[in-house]
Amino acid sequence: METIRLSLNSFYKFAGSFFYVPNWLKTALAAIIWYVVYKNLNVLSKWLTYDLLGFTLGSHLGSAIEFFIFEVPKVLMLLIIVVYGVGVVRTFFTPERTRNLLSGKRESLGNILAAMLGIVTPFCSCSAVPLFIGFIKSGVPIGVTFSFLIAAPMINEVAIVLLFSLFGIKVTAIYVFTGLLIAILTGWIIGHLHMEKYIEDWVNEVEAPLESDSSLLINWQDRLQAGRDAVKEIVKKVWFYIVLGIAVGAGIHGYVPTGMMAGILGKNSWWSVPLAVLIGVPMYSNAAGIVPIAQALLEKGASLGSVLAFMMSVIGLSLPEIIILRNVLKMPLILTFVGVLTIGIILVGYLFNLIF
Amino acid sequence: MKIQVLGPGCAKCFALMNHVRIAVAALNLPVEIEKVEDIKEIMKFRIMSTPALAVDGQVKFAGRVASSNEIKEILSQCLVK
Repeated sequence: METIRLSLNSFYKFAGSFFYVPNWLKTALAAIIWYVVYKNLNVLSKWLTYDLLGFTLGSHLGSAIEFFIFEVPKVLMLLIIVVYGVGVVRTFFTPERTRNLLSGKRESLGNILAAMLGIVTPFCSCSAVPLFIGFIKSGVPIGVTFSFLIAAPMINEVAIVLLFSLFGIKVTAIYVFTGLLIAILTGWIIGHLHMEKYIEDWVNEVEAPLESDSSLLINWQDRLQAGRDAVKEIVKKVWFYIVLGIAVGAGIHGYVPTGMMAGILGKNSWWSVPLAVLIGVPMYSNAAGIVPIAQALLEKGASLGSVLAFMMSVIGLSLPEIIILRNVLKMPLILTFVGVLTIGIILVGYLFNLIF
Repeated sequence: MKIQVLGPGCAKCFALMNHVRIAVAALNLPVEIEKVEDIKEIMKFRIMSTPALAVDGQVKFAGRVASSNEIKEILSQCLVK
């Protein structure tokens, strides 16, 4: 294997010296191919399902398979392009720079800014502690810090791609807007409860994190490379959940009778929203797995409010992140954080059951 | 030379650890790689995101998984000094 790989590598180098293709041209070519395939996915999935594989038009299995063959590449293709774009944009927003933007901001305005920066600043839940300390130590108010910590995982590019391709633009906009609102308000409330004393004592002794100039990328080549790296990393991490989630969704789509979910997660039962959140909070899944299932539930009669509340509690509140934050937050603050956030999500669920 | 990989133990931290191992092996360096997982220890390096790489106590980068080639470059620069 190794020798084959080595000889392949030297072949590529050899060929590359003859046909040098600049990176921008590669990107442009990839974009054109992407567009042509994406535009024809609908036709392609129909042809594959009914002509090539020979399923009967309109059958349960046929519609489930068509759904699967259409949705998987559609979601993955959208994901690649969005993750690439977000990966490039994020090189402009390092955690250090976001901190500088937020330190010294007043409460309300700071909460709004923090929630929005939470979307574009690169964040992974294992970095939650250094980030929290970095913010607090440079004078970002605790409530503003929480607005950031809530928005960052809840509104992410994977969730947005899946919501957009499975639910459409309207539900995506509702999710993003209410997610921001919850992050802003929860942070604002925590800020006004003056819970600074429930930050773990060892944090006081830590010196404020410095600027790390090495994280600041310099040129466009690096930024585009960061986009490509983001695609590799995220697609590798979530493709399986997407396939699995869409497969389960396709099964529900094809076989579960319409209206079955109306009794459990429908509009008319008052307990459907709290139930959805109660199931959602301890569940830890990324958006990739949960959104396709939520979409299928909605289609079978679950109400939009319950489905939104379910998705937000699964994606926005994760047990690993809570455990990591326990390193810097004492129990009363952890419980307040989880409590206020949960109540916020439940209220949003009721609100949307009322409106739609 | 002392090489430390800073990170509480997530997927990205493991990825960085692997890249560092590859770089160290490629340069044939007789050094040990220490993995710092305790969050209080990590904070002493005054960084705001993980994973990070420190050589002789100095943070070289933070918040991303650098390629093994980049790490090789960083380590050889440190050797020259």
